[in-house]
Amino acid sequence: MEKFKRIDAVAAPMLRDNIDTDSIIPVPFMKDPNIDLGAHLFYNLRYDTSGRENPGFVLNRPEYRAAQIIVAQKNFGCGSSREHAVWALMGFGIRCVIAQSFGDIFYNNSLRMGLLPVVLPSSELSVLGDAVERSAGRELTHVDLETQTITSPDGTAFHFEIEATRRRMLLEGLDAVGVTLLHAAQIAAFETQAHDRRPWMYDIGLENGTPA
Amino acid sequence: MAGATMFDKIWDAHVVTTLEDGSDLLYIDRHITHELSSLKAFVDLADAGRPVRRPDLTLAVQDHLLATNPGRDDFSYDKGTVFIQAQRRNAQAHGVALLDVNDAEQGIVHVVGPELGVTLPGVTLACGDSHTCTNGGLGALAFGLGTSDVTHVLATQTLPFKRPKTIRVTVDGRMGPGLYAKDMILYIISQVGSAAGNGMAVEYAGDAVRALPIEARLTLCNMSIEWGARIGMVAPDDVTYEYLADRRYAPKERAWEAALKYWRTLPSDDDARFEREVRLDAARIAPQITWGTNPMDAIGVDELIPDPDVEKNAERREGMARALRYTDLRPGTSMEGLPIDMVFIGSCTNSRISDLRIAAAVAKGRKVASGVRAMVVPGSSAVKRQAEDEGLDRIFKEAGFEWHASACSMCAAVNADFVAPGARCVSTSNRNYENRQGRDSRTHLASPAMAVAAAVSGKIVDVRKLLSD
Repeated sequence: MEKFKRIDAVAAPMLRDNIDTDSIIPVPFMKDPNIDLGAHLFYNLRYDTSGRENPGFVLNRPEYRAAQIIVAQKNFGCGSSREHAVWALMGFGIRCVIAQSFGDIFYNNSLRMGLLPVVLPSSELSVLGDAVERSAGRELTHVDLETQTITSPDGTAFHFEIEATRRRMLLEGLDAVGVTLLHAAQIAAFETQAHDRRPWMYDIGLENGTPA
Repeated sequence: MAGATMFDKIWDAHVVTTLEDGSDLLYIDRHITHELSSLKAFVDLADAGRPVRRPDLTLAVQDHLLATNPGRDDFSYDKGTVFIQAQRRNAQAHGVALLDVNDAEQGIVHVVGPELGVTLPGVTLACGDSHTCTNGGLGALAFGLGTSDVTHVLATQTLPFKRPKTIRVTVDGRMGPGLYAKDMILYIISQVGSAAGNGMAVEYAGDAVRALPIEARLTLCNMSIEWGARIGMVAPDDVTYEYLADRRYAPKERAWEAALKYWRTLPSDDDARFEREVRLDAARIAPQITWGTNPMDAIGVDELIPDPDVEKNAERREGMARALRYTDLRPGTSMEGLPIDMVFIGSCTNSRISDLRIAAAVAKGRKVASGVRAMVVPGSSAVKRQAEDEGLDRIFKEAGFEWHASACSMCAAVNADFVAPGARCVSTSNRNYENRQGRDSRTHLASPAMAVAAAVSGKIVDVRKLLSD
């Protein structure tokens, strides 16, 4: 996965609840494995039905075109488990989403890919959201994972929490599978013991190939 | 010390090791893949030169990008071809059992898992699909994954997972006639809100839940993710065991007896403590219909559309107003009588044989209103055959419904089935998001009974009135 240490970038305000993954990347763009997902991020909001840019949409406004941070409200990334949502955000250039809360699967997908999801309490988020809107892209927002700090365009700093392992994996760009396979012996031991205890749970016959 | 919840018991039995940050490396007993979310996972696995660790615990399914016409093949839906063929190649290369496009047992992942007895009480089950929580209706600990984690489970049969908090939703009493699990879950979501379950595993309990047959429990658990809970469960009981007996991959004979003994230990202890408890009264549930663009935007069909202006929370107020603009509805008005254009009966929420029986009972002797397109997409090929054996297909066709082959279909417009721009669709699926069923589609979620009632009336009606006429 892509490393994440620190970014200094424009933050785009999308101060709404329940921005779902269908809206982040609609289904039609998941059907082509070779498509540029970033170009289709938020497609139905970004473009009208004839494919022309919707000038009112935040990421189409000149001041936010280079945004690498999105500030939202509650439950960002809810809904479908599609990791394409993370791929599309990163394809556009977004490396960090700051919100009050996230859909669990999206949150997890983000951390696997190297997009930093930051949870801030409602009171701090509203201060940050106001500052981001007032600044309108003129000043940068700073996200520092090493110090776990966000500095808003007006200089206000907010501390954020993230699990230590997740943080380390992001800082070092570690591959989760590789990290887990360090426990391969324990996995094998678990398998033996679980099978001994409940063989009926594991001897299910799927290995016999295609079911009739 | 307080007793253990069912969730605790199953979780604890699957911890390979506790990691330094306090999260657990959780063993996955069953891994189901579908062609849309697993394509890149298999590519990443191959790039890393890793094998599938437990092909004998993995099941590959084709369900998303499939055409639903009879006699379909790899090419019937052209955008699906590359995914379908890759899924087949990957299954063969790794020795993974595959439910292929025209297999007798093909179907939607969350329909075939329970139907084949791949899903069992007490197992951990993962799948690259957010509605994997469906499987909790049998007492499995089941959750959805993104593609990176599909790769992770293929390679390691485990997942690092921070133990979720537990929440119990108890629904007391009983629901009246014309009411189903779909009404119960939409009502629950409307009461708790779209994010109440984030970071949590939910157990549904209470007399009204216990009274539900298995397929209805699957419907209930299916929409746990719509209020944020990645895991939804109902404790197994005799109804569960009766459902599972003789299923293809369920244990048999002596193994069945051993399994049964274990399953009976799973329900939450009487003194188990949940981090949060919600209690609701089934008698307050009316047939539900959604007016907005999130499943939490559900009301009883006899209620009025709520007014954003009286909502105190600013983001919620704005969300409601935005939703009403999108669905072109006005606060304070009734959903009853609203003309509709389409009806979709299908999806992992409501496409099982019991759903089709309920739908057919309402459709029987009635006709789809003129100008309405109504379709039935069975959840699996086995459901389709069973329905045809029972003559349900004839009832639907005589009433003017289209009768399709099984796939995910119009739920998310993943194949050529979609809702036309601006059209209003009453759908038995699980998400009424903006543009979900097609660009500018307007989705109103409801039970199969309510969906058929709308189809034959040409407008949203209270199915209870239709049935009492």
